Amino acid sequence: MSDPETLLHGSVQVGDVLPELTVEVTPTTVVLGALASRDWRPMHHDHAFATERNGVADIFLNTPNQAAWFERFLTDWTGPRGRVGRMTFRMRDSVFPGDTMTFVGTVTATDVDSAGCGWVEVDVELRTAHDQRGDRVCSTCSARVALPTVSDDNPWSRTGDRWQP
Amino acid sequence: MSSGPDEVPEDVAALIGVPQYPSTASFDVERSYSWNTLAATQNGNPLFWDDAVADELTGGPIAVPTTLSLWMRPHYWEPGAAGEQVALQVHFDLKERFDLPEAVMTDNTIIFHTPVRPGDRISHRQVLRSVSGPKTTKLGSGRFWVIDIEYHNQREELVGVESYTGYGYRRDAGGGA
Repeated sequence: MSDPETLLHGSVQVGDVLPELTVEVTPTTVVLGALASRDWRPMHHDHAFATERNGVADIFLNTPNQAAWFERFLTDWTGPRGRVGRMTFRMRDSVFPGDTMTFVGTVTATDVDSAGCGWVEVDVELRTAHDQRGDRVCSTCSARVALPTVSDDNPWSRTGDRWQP
Repeated sequence: MSSGPDEVPEDVAALIGVPQYPSTASFDVERSYSWNTLAATQNGNPLFWDDAVADELTGGPIAVPTTLSLWMRPHYWEPGAAGEQVALQVHFDLKERFDLPEAVMTDNTIIFHTPVRPGDRISHRQVLRSVSGPKTTKLGSGRFWVIDIEYHNQREELVGVESYTGYGYRRDAGGGA
Protein backbone atom coordinates (compact mmCIF):
# COMPACT_ATOMS: atom_id res chain seq x y z
CA MET A 1 0.00 0.00 0.00
CA SER A 2 2.71 2.46 -1.02
CA ASP A 3 0.19 5.12 -1.98
CA PRO A 4 0.48 8.91 -1.65
CA GLU A 5 -1.20 8.69 1.78
CA THR A 6 1.81 6.86 3.21
CA LEU A 7 4.06 9.26 5.06
CA LEU A 8 7.57 7.86 5.26
CA HIS A 9 9.85 8.48 8.19
CA GLY A 10 12.65 9.80 6.00
CA SER A 11 10.44 12.52 4.56
CA VAL A 12 9.82 14.09 7.97
CA GLN A 13 12.11 16.68 9.47
CA VAL A 14 12.25 18.46 12.80
CA GLY A 15 10.23 21.64 12.50
CA ASP A 16 7.73 20.23 10.03
CA VAL A 17 4.27 21.60 10.70
CA LEU A 18 1.24 19.32 10.49
CA PRO A 19 -1.86 20.40 8.57
CA GLU A 20 -4.17 22.26 10.94
CA LEU A 21 -7.50 20.80 11.94
CA THR A 22 -10.34 23.16 12.88
CA VAL A 23 -13.65 22.04 14.36
CA GLU A 24 -16.67 24.01 15.55
CA VAL A 25 -17.56 22.50 18.91
CA THR A 26 -21.27 22.05 19.56
CA PRO A 27 -23.14 20.41 22.44
CA THR A 28 -23.43 17.38 20.17
CA THR A 29 -19.65 17.26 19.76
CA VAL A 30 -19.25 17.04 23.53
CA VAL A 31 -22.09 14.61 24.22
CA LEU A 32 -21.31 12.37 21.27
CA GLY A 33 -17.68 12.13 22.31
CA ALA A 34 -18.54 11.35 25.91
CA LEU A 35 -21.07 8.67 25.09
CA ALA A 36 -18.85 7.14 22.40
CA SER A 37 -16.23 6.63 25.10
CA ARG A 38 -18.79 5.32 27.60
CA ASP A 39 -18.17 8.28 29.88
CA TRP A 40 -21.46 8.87 31.64
CA ARG A 41 -20.23 11.55 34.06
CA PRO A 42 -22.77 14.39 34.04
CA MET A 43 -20.34 17.25 33.46
CA HIS A 44 -20.09 16.02 29.88
CA HIS A 45 -23.82 16.14 29.13
CA ASP A 46 -25.64 18.06 31.89
CA HIS A 47 -25.26 21.84 31.64
CA ALA A 48 -26.63 22.51 35.13
CA PHE A 49 -24.25 19.99 36.72
CA ALA A 50 -21.24 21.40 34.87
CA THR A 51 -22.00 25.02 35.76
CA GLU A 52 -23.43 24.63 39.26
CA ARG A 53 -21.37 21.73 40.59
CA ASN A 54 -18.11 21.94 38.66
CA GLY A 55 -18.21 25.71 38.40
CA VAL A 56 -17.26 25.83 34.74
CA ALA A 57 -18.90 27.63 31.81
CA ASP A 58 -20.69 24.68 30.20
CA ILE A 59 -20.42 20.96 29.55
CA PHE A 60 -16.92 20.17 28.29
CA LEU A 61 -14.98 17.63 26.23
CA ASN A 62 -14.05 14.55 28.25
CA THR A 63 -10.56 13.11 28.48
CA PRO A 64 -10.87 10.00 26.26
CA ASN A 65 -12.55 12.06 23.57
CA GLN A 66 -9.70 14.55 23.61
CA ALA A 67 -7.35 11.60 23.16
CA ALA A 68 -9.41 10.49 20.17
CA TRP A 69 -9.24 13.97 18.64
CA PHE A 70 -5.45 13.99 19.05
CA GLU A 71 -5.28 10.57 17.42
CA ARG A 72 -7.40 11.74 14.50
CA PHE A 73 -5.21 14.85 14.06
CA LEU A 74 -2.05 12.75 14.01
CA THR A 75 -3.27 10.01 11.70
CA ASP A 76 -4.82 12.48 9.28
CA TRP A 77 -1.20 13.46 8.74
CA THR A 78 0.47 10.05 8.81
CA GLY A 79 -2.10 7.99 6.93
CA PRO A 80 -3.17 4.52 8.06
CA ARG A 81 0.37 3.12 8.39
CA GLY A 82 1.16 5.64 11.10
CA ARG A 83 0.92 3.99 14.52
CA VAL A 84 0.68 6.10 17.64
CA GLY A 85 2.88 4.63 20.34
CA ARG A 86 2.35 7.08 23.13
CA MET A 87 0.62 10.33 23.87
CA THR A 88 0.75 12.56 26.91
CA PHE A 89 -1.54 15.53 27.22
CA ARG A 90 -2.28 18.16 29.80
CA MET A 91 -5.72 19.73 29.92
CA ARG A 92 -5.08 23.27 31.08
CA ASP A 93 -8.56 24.55 30.36
CA SER A 94 -11.83 23.06 29.18
CA VAL A 95 -13.25 22.92 25.65
CA PHE A 96 -16.86 24.07 25.57
CA PRO A 97 -19.68 24.21 23.03
CA GLY A 98 -19.35 27.39 21.00
CA ASP A 99 -15.57 27.15 20.91
CA THR A 100 -13.74 26.94 17.62
CA MET A 101 -11.20 24.20 18.29
CA THR A 102 -7.96 24.14 16.28
CA PHE A 103 -5.21 21.56 16.47
CA VAL A 104 -1.70 22.64 15.50
CA GLY A 105 1.33 20.38 15.57
CA THR A 106 5.08 20.52 15.02
CA VAL A 107 7.63 17.75 14.70
CA THR A 108 10.16 18.06 17.51
CA ALA A 109 12.33 14.96 16.96
CA THR A 110 12.88 11.98 14.70
CA ASP A 111 14.79 8.82 15.41
CA VAL A 112 15.09 5.14 14.57
CA ASP A 113 15.17 2.84 17.58
CA SER A 114 17.33 -0.23 18.14
CA ALA A 115 14.68 -2.43 16.55
CA GLY A 116 14.68 -0.34 13.39
CA CYS A 117 11.37 1.37 14.01
CA GLY A 118 11.11 4.93 12.77
CA TRP A 119 9.68 7.40 15.26
CA VAL A 120 8.65 11.01 15.18
CA GLU A 121 7.86 13.14 18.20
CA VAL A 122 5.14 15.71 17.71
CA ASP A 123 4.02 18.53 19.97
CA VAL A 124 0.36 19.42 19.54
CA GLU A 125 -1.66 22.31 20.88
CA LEU A 126 -5.43 22.28 21.10
CA ARG A 127 -6.38 25.93 20.82
CA THR A 128 -9.83 27.44 21.08
CA ALA A 129 -11.36 30.73 20.02
CA HIS A 130 -14.61 32.19 21.31
CA ASP A 131 -16.18 35.65 21.22
CA GLN A 132 -16.45 35.99 24.99
CA ARG A 133 -13.86 33.52 26.25
CA GLY A 134 -11.21 34.73 23.84
CA ASP A 135 -8.30 32.67 22.51
CA ARG A 136 -7.02 29.91 24.78
CA VAL A 137 -4.58 27.02 24.65
CA CYS A 138 -6.74 24.39 26.30
CA SER A 139 -4.53 21.31 26.00
CA THR A 140 -0.99 20.49 25.05
CA CYS A 141 0.06 17.05 23.86
CA SER A 142 3.32 15.27 23.13
CA ALA A 143 2.96 12.24 20.90
CA ARG A 144 5.36 9.54 19.74
CA VAL A 145 4.30 8.09 16.42
CA ALA A 146 5.83 5.28 14.38
CA LEU A 147 6.13 5.78 10.64
CA PRO A 148 7.27 3.34 7.97
CA THR A 149 10.94 3.73 7.13
CA VAL A 150 10.44 2.41 3.59
CA SER A 151 7.34 1.98 1.47
CA ASP A 152 6.79 -1.66 2.41
CA ASP A 153 7.53 -1.20 6.11
CA ASN A 154 4.54 -1.58 8.39
CA PRO A 155 4.81 -0.36 12.01
CA TRP A 156 1.63 -2.28 12.84
CA SER A 157 3.46 -5.55 12.27
CA ARG A 158 5.78 -4.88 15.18
CA THR A 159 5.27 -6.89 18.36
CA GLY A 160 7.25 -7.73 21.50
CA ASP A 161 10.75 -6.28 21.59
CA ARG A 162 10.28 -4.82 18.11
CA TRP A 163 7.63 -2.41 19.45
CA GLN A 164 9.11 0.09 21.90
CA PRO A 165 6.57 2.88 22.37
CA MET B 1 1.25 8.91 64.46
CA SER B 2 -0.53 11.73 62.66
CA SER B 3 0.23 13.45 59.39
CA GLY B 4 0.84 17.15 58.97
CA PRO B 5 -1.49 19.19 56.78
CA ASP B 6 0.83 18.95 53.77
CA GLU B 7 1.39 15.25 54.04
CA VAL B 8 -0.46 12.24 52.77
CA PRO B 9 -2.41 10.39 55.47
CA GLU B 10 -0.97 7.01 56.35
CA ASP B 11 -3.99 5.05 55.19
CA VAL B 12 -3.71 6.67 51.76
CA ALA B 13 0.06 6.38 51.61
CA ALA B 14 -0.30 2.66 52.28
CA LEU B 15 -2.23 2.30 49.01
CA ILE B 16 0.47 3.87 46.85
CA GLY B 17 1.94 1.28 44.50
CA VAL B 18 -0.62 -1.35 45.41
CA PRO B 19 -2.71 -2.81 42.56
CA GLN B 20 -6.41 -2.32 43.29
CA TYR B 21 -9.69 -3.36 41.77
CA PRO B 22 -8.43 -5.99 39.31
CA SER B 23 -11.38 -6.72 37.08
CA THR B 24 -12.41 -8.01 33.69
CA ALA B 25 -14.84 -6.26 31.39
CA SER B 26 -18.40 -7.54 31.31
CA PHE B 27 -18.55 -7.38 27.52
CA ASP B 28 -16.36 -8.10 24.52
CA VAL B 29 -14.63 -5.47 22.42
CA GLU B 30 -16.87 -4.63 19.50
CA ARG B 31 -16.44 -2.59 16.34
CA SER B 32 -19.49 -0.42 16.88
CA TYR B 33 -17.77 1.51 19.64
CA SER B 34 -14.85 2.20 17.36
CA TRP B 35 -17.24 3.57 14.77
CA ASN B 36 -18.93 5.71 17.43
CA THR B 37 -15.56 7.18 18.36
CA LEU B 38 -14.61 7.69 14.72
CA ALA B 39 -17.95 9.42 14.09
CA ALA B 40 -17.55 11.60 17.18
CA THR B 41 -14.18 12.79 15.87
CA GLN B 42 -14.98 12.71 12.15
CA ASN B 43 -12.03 10.37 11.72
CA GLY B 44 -11.89 8.80 8.24
CA ASN B 45 -8.78 6.66 8.78
CA PRO B 46 -9.30 3.79 6.30
CA LEU B 47 -7.66 1.38 8.72
CA PHE B 48 -10.96 1.37 10.59
CA TRP B 49 -13.41 1.79 7.72
CA ASP B 50 -11.93 -0.38 4.95
CA ASP B 51 -11.53 -4.07 5.77
CA ALA B 52 -9.03 -4.54 2.96
CA VAL B 53 -6.74 -1.96 4.57
CA ALA B 54 -7.22 -3.58 7.98
CA ASP B 55 -6.45 -7.01 6.52
CA GLU B 56 -3.23 -5.73 4.97
CA LEU B 57 -1.92 -3.64 7.85
CA THR B 58 -3.22 -5.28 11.00
CA GLY B 59 -4.34 -8.74 9.91
CA GLY B 60 -7.99 -7.81 10.37
CA PRO B 61 -9.95 -5.17 12.23
CA ILE B 62 -8.58 -3.57 15.36
CA ALA B 63 -10.17 -1.16 17.79
CA VAL B 64 -9.32 2.52 17.53
CA PRO B 65 -6.34 2.75 19.91
CA THR B 66 -7.70 5.65 21.92
CA THR B 67 -10.81 3.64 22.80
CA LEU B 68 -8.56 1.78 25.26
CA SER B 69 -10.25 2.96 28.43
CA LEU B 70 -13.83 2.52 27.30
CA TRP B 71 -13.66 -1.29 27.40
CA MET B 72 -13.40 -1.14 31.18
CA ARG B 73 -16.11 1.43 31.72
CA PRO B 74 -19.21 -0.04 33.36
CA HIS B 75 -22.68 0.16 31.94
CA TYR B 76 -24.58 3.19 33.16
CA TRP B 77 -27.08 0.76 34.62
CA GLU B 78 -27.46 -2.99 34.79
CA PRO B 79 -29.66 -5.34 36.77
CA GLY B 80 -28.67 -5.44 40.41
CA ALA B 81 -26.50 -2.35 40.26
CA ALA B 82 -27.10 0.31 42.87
CA GLY B 83 -25.96 3.90 42.61
CA GLU B 84 -23.68 5.46 40.05
CA GLN B 85 -21.38 3.01 38.30
CA VAL B 86 -17.93 4.57 37.97
CA ALA B 87 -14.95 3.64 35.85
CA LEU B 88 -11.94 4.67 37.89
CA GLN B 89 -12.81 3.61 41.42
CA VAL B 90 -9.54 4.73 43.00
CA HIS B 91 -10.26 8.27 41.81
CA PHE B 92 -13.67 8.22 43.47
CA ASP B 93 -12.26 6.62 46.61
CA LEU B 94 -9.86 9.54 46.97
CA LYS B 95 -12.62 12.07 46.45
CA GLU B 96 -14.52 10.45 49.30
CA ARG B 97 -11.47 9.99 51.53
CA PHE B 98 -10.55 13.67 51.31
CA ASP B 99 -14.17 14.87 51.26
CA LEU B 100 -13.70 16.61 47.92
CA PRO B 101 -17.04 16.72 46.12
CA GLU B 102 -15.75 17.73 42.67
CA ALA B 103 -12.96 16.44 40.48
CA VAL B 104 -11.50 16.83 37.03
CA MET B 105 -8.75 15.08 35.13
CA THR B 106 -5.80 17.30 34.24
CA ASP B 107 -3.29 14.97 32.54
CA ASN B 108 -3.47 11.72 30.63
CA THR B 109 -0.72 9.52 29.25
CA ILE B 110 -1.54 6.52 27.07
CA ILE B 111 1.02 3.97 25.90
CA PHE B 112 -0.25 1.63 23.22
CA HIS B 113 0.99 -1.94 23.03
CA THR B 114 -0.66 -4.96 21.37
CA PRO B 115 -3.68 -3.70 19.41
CA VAL B 116 -7.11 -4.43 20.85
CA ARG B 117 -9.31 -6.47 18.54
CA PRO B 118 -13.04 -7.11 18.25
CA GLY B 119 -13.88 -10.10 20.40
CA ASP B 120 -11.17 -9.40 22.97
CA ARG B 121 -12.13 -9.30 26.64
CA ILE B 122 -10.07 -6.67 28.45
CA SER B 123 -8.95 -6.72 32.07
CA HIS B 124 -7.34 -3.99 34.09
CA ARG B 125 -6.03 -2.99 37.48
CA GLN B 126 -5.58 0.43 39.05
CA VAL B 127 -2.46 1.59 40.88
CA LEU B 128 -2.30 4.80 42.89
CA ARG B 129 1.10 6.38 42.22
CA SER B 130 1.04 9.62 44.20
CA VAL B 131 -1.10 12.09 46.12
CA SER B 132 -0.16 15.72 46.59
CA GLY B 133 -0.53 17.88 49.65
CA PRO B 134 -3.34 20.43 49.68
CA LYS B 135 -3.40 22.77 46.67
CA THR B 136 -5.51 25.68 45.51
CA THR B 137 -6.34 26.36 41.88
CA LYS B 138 -8.91 28.52 40.15
CA LEU B 139 -11.38 25.64 40.53
CA GLY B 140 -11.05 25.46 44.30
CA SER B 141 -8.99 23.78 47.01
CA GLY B 142 -8.06 20.12 46.91
CA ARG B 143 -5.40 17.62 46.00
CA PHE B 144 -3.85 16.13 42.89
CA TRP B 145 -3.34 12.41 42.49
CA VAL B 146 -1.86 10.12 39.84
CA ILE B 147 -3.41 6.76 39.00
CA ASP B 148 -1.95 4.24 36.55
CA ILE B 149 -4.04 1.62 34.80
CA GLU B 150 -2.68 -1.47 33.08
CA TYR B 151 -4.81 -3.16 30.47
CA HIS B 152 -4.43 -6.75 29.27
CA ASN B 153 -6.36 -8.91 26.85
CA GLN B 154 -7.63 -12.43 27.51
CA ARG B 155 -4.26 -13.85 26.39
CA GLU B 156 -2.53 -11.81 29.14
CA GLU B 157 -0.91 -9.62 26.51
CA LEU B 158 -0.34 -6.02 27.58
CA VAL B 159 -2.52 -3.85 25.36
CA GLY B 160 -1.92 -0.50 26.99
CA VAL B 161 -0.99 1.54 30.03
CA GLU B 162 -2.67 4.75 31.05
CA SER B 163 -1.80 7.33 33.64
CA TYR B 164 -4.30 9.90 34.84
CA THR B 165 -3.70 12.94 36.99
CA GLY B 166 -6.88 13.90 38.77
CA TYR B 167 -7.65 16.99 40.81
CA GLY B 168 -10.25 16.55 43.51
CA TYR B 169 -11.46 19.85 44.90
CA ARG B 170 -13.99 21.78 46.89
CA ARG B 171 -15.15 25.01 45.34
CA ASP B 172 -14.08 27.96 47.43
CA ALA B 173 -16.76 30.36 48.67
CA GLY B 174 -17.43 32.74 45.82
CA GLY B 175 -14.89 30.91 43.70
CA GLY B 176 -15.14 28.72 40.68
CA ALA B 177 -13.79 29.03 37.21
